[in-house]
Amino acid sequence: MNVLLDNFPEFRDGFIGTVSITAVSSVIALVLGVVIAGFRVSPVPPLRYFGTAWVTLMRNTPLTLLFLIFFFVVPEILFPGMSPFVLGSLALGFYTSSFVCEAVRSGINTVPLGQAEAARSIGMTFAQTLRIVVFPQATRTVIPPMSSIFIALTKNSAIAGAFSNTELFGWQKLMSDQGYAIIPVFIWVALGYLVVTFTISGLFRLLERRMEVAR
Amino acid sequence: MSASVLYDAPGPKAVVRNRIYAVVGTLVIAALIGVSVLRLADKGHLAPEMWDIFNYAGIRQNIADALVATLKAFGLAAIGSLVLGVVLAVGRLSDHKPVRWAATTFIELFRSLPLLITIYAIWVGFLTDHSMWALAAGLSVYNGCVQAEVLRAGVNAVPRGQSEAAYALGMSKTQVMVTVLMPQAIRSMLPTIISQLVVTLKDTSLGFIILYPELLQTARLIASNTQVNGQYPYVSTIAVIGTIYIVLCLLLSSLATWIEKRGRRAKTGIAVAPAVQAPGTIDATAGTFGTNADGAGGAGGAGAATDGAGGAGVAKD
Repeated sequence: MNVLLDNFPEFRDGFIGTVSITAVSSVIALVLGVVIAGFRVSPVPPLRYFGTAWVTLMRNTPLTLLFLIFFFVVPEILFPGMSPFVLGSLALGFYTSSFVCEAVRSGINTVPLGQAEAARSIGMTFAQTLRIVVFPQATRTVIPPMSSIFIALTKNSAIAGAFSNTELFGWQKLMSDQGYAIIPVFIWVALGYLVVTFTISGLFRLLERRMEVAR
Repeated sequence: MSASVLYDAPGPKAVVRNRIYAVVGTLVIAALIGVSVLRLADKGHLAPEMWDIFNYAGIRQNIADALVATLKAFGLAAIGSLVLGVVLAVGRLSDHKPVRWAATTFIELFRSLPLLITIYAIWVGFLTDHSMWALAAGLSVYNGCVQAEVLRAGVNAVPRGQSEAAYALGMSKTQVMVTVLMPQAIRSMLPTIISQLVVTLKDTSLGFIILYPELLQTARLIASNTQVNGQYPYVSTIAVIGTIYIVLCLLLSSLATWIEKRGRRAKTGIAVAPAVQAPGTIDATAGTFGTNADGAGGAGGAGAATDGAGGAGVAKD
């Protein structure tokens, strides 16, 4: 208990850091993932190849290596002196985008072909087919895998702490450097993460229930 | 892409439009790559001297040692996680409430914690002088929990008649588990198990935080200790090490895909899980097989549909 009370401001900062890097990189991953999924299902071969290459590379690279790339290579390409928070969020977002892409793509694929054919045959335009028939069904299928993707993202954000970000893992490191016993520190950090992951799974469960339909 | 939900077979107009998109898309992607390469070349990262460092025997030796270290940690973690996975899965399926609860708590706790936190805690708390064992232990605990869920899903996917028939023959519970359920569960879940091993392999890179000299840690050391033309050769080192990682992971994943394809041909009546890497959790697959009895029979037909997201089924446990 002492560990937490004595160092509460640092713990709070760490918690907020974890939440904010999770939130920012979730948005990046979602946007990028949907775009790449669009590439992968598009009728344009070069874009499809690009999407496939992206997913293959991102999924088979350790996230830690991606962090290394974003901290040491990307600033050379863009401009030096980017904040660790931005770089960390980008690395996490890029990595997760490949998983989001696969979830979205398979979500679209689970919609039976007949649905779109029926929509076209009653004269719906492409946009209408997408908006009224395909997307609502695909979204429902995608929600459960999405939830585990974002929980995994929260857990992966710990790596950002090893790259000079303020977040919960950083707090754990700081506390054990200061000589506190590791077990209580571990328990508090664990609780911090559990709060975030339970919130995410709760939100998704809510979303799932609200969008539930019989089929 | 003749039969996609999204498009009809393109007509003449659409074909022309698609060609335009193809050209524009290629140009944009090529431009992005080109600008990145030019910027790196400008700063001297692509100079031949930067790549020359890999001609030194010392550096090659370092990389070889690191590869061995990585594979060693991976091997230990693979064995550890599979053994732990079987134990925890059996625990979760136990008839005794305390055993079941203990296994469930253990799995839920360590599965929802960042692996890095666990590894670091084990290292600081118990195995400060043995970073390899700390890394292997952390990886085993986390991946063991995931493998346990995979195996449990596999056991649940075995048709009930199998265990009922085994009990009817007078087999004991252990016999049913060992000779009937587990072999089938492992067989049908093999693609997922191997995909999780790919995750384990990738996660060995977390060893850098506890100073275990695996590939990534070595890459960092090489890059920050050698100076060429007044610069650190991060780009070339990362390119080389990254390639090694990607090749290793691709080899393992293609093994998983191969087994999955082979399994689809077999007519056992038990669906083979799709070889999909989950991003750290396996909730989706576990749900498909755990809650949906029909999913086992149906998944064979829906194989193409679920390909990609590890079964879009619902994780309600």
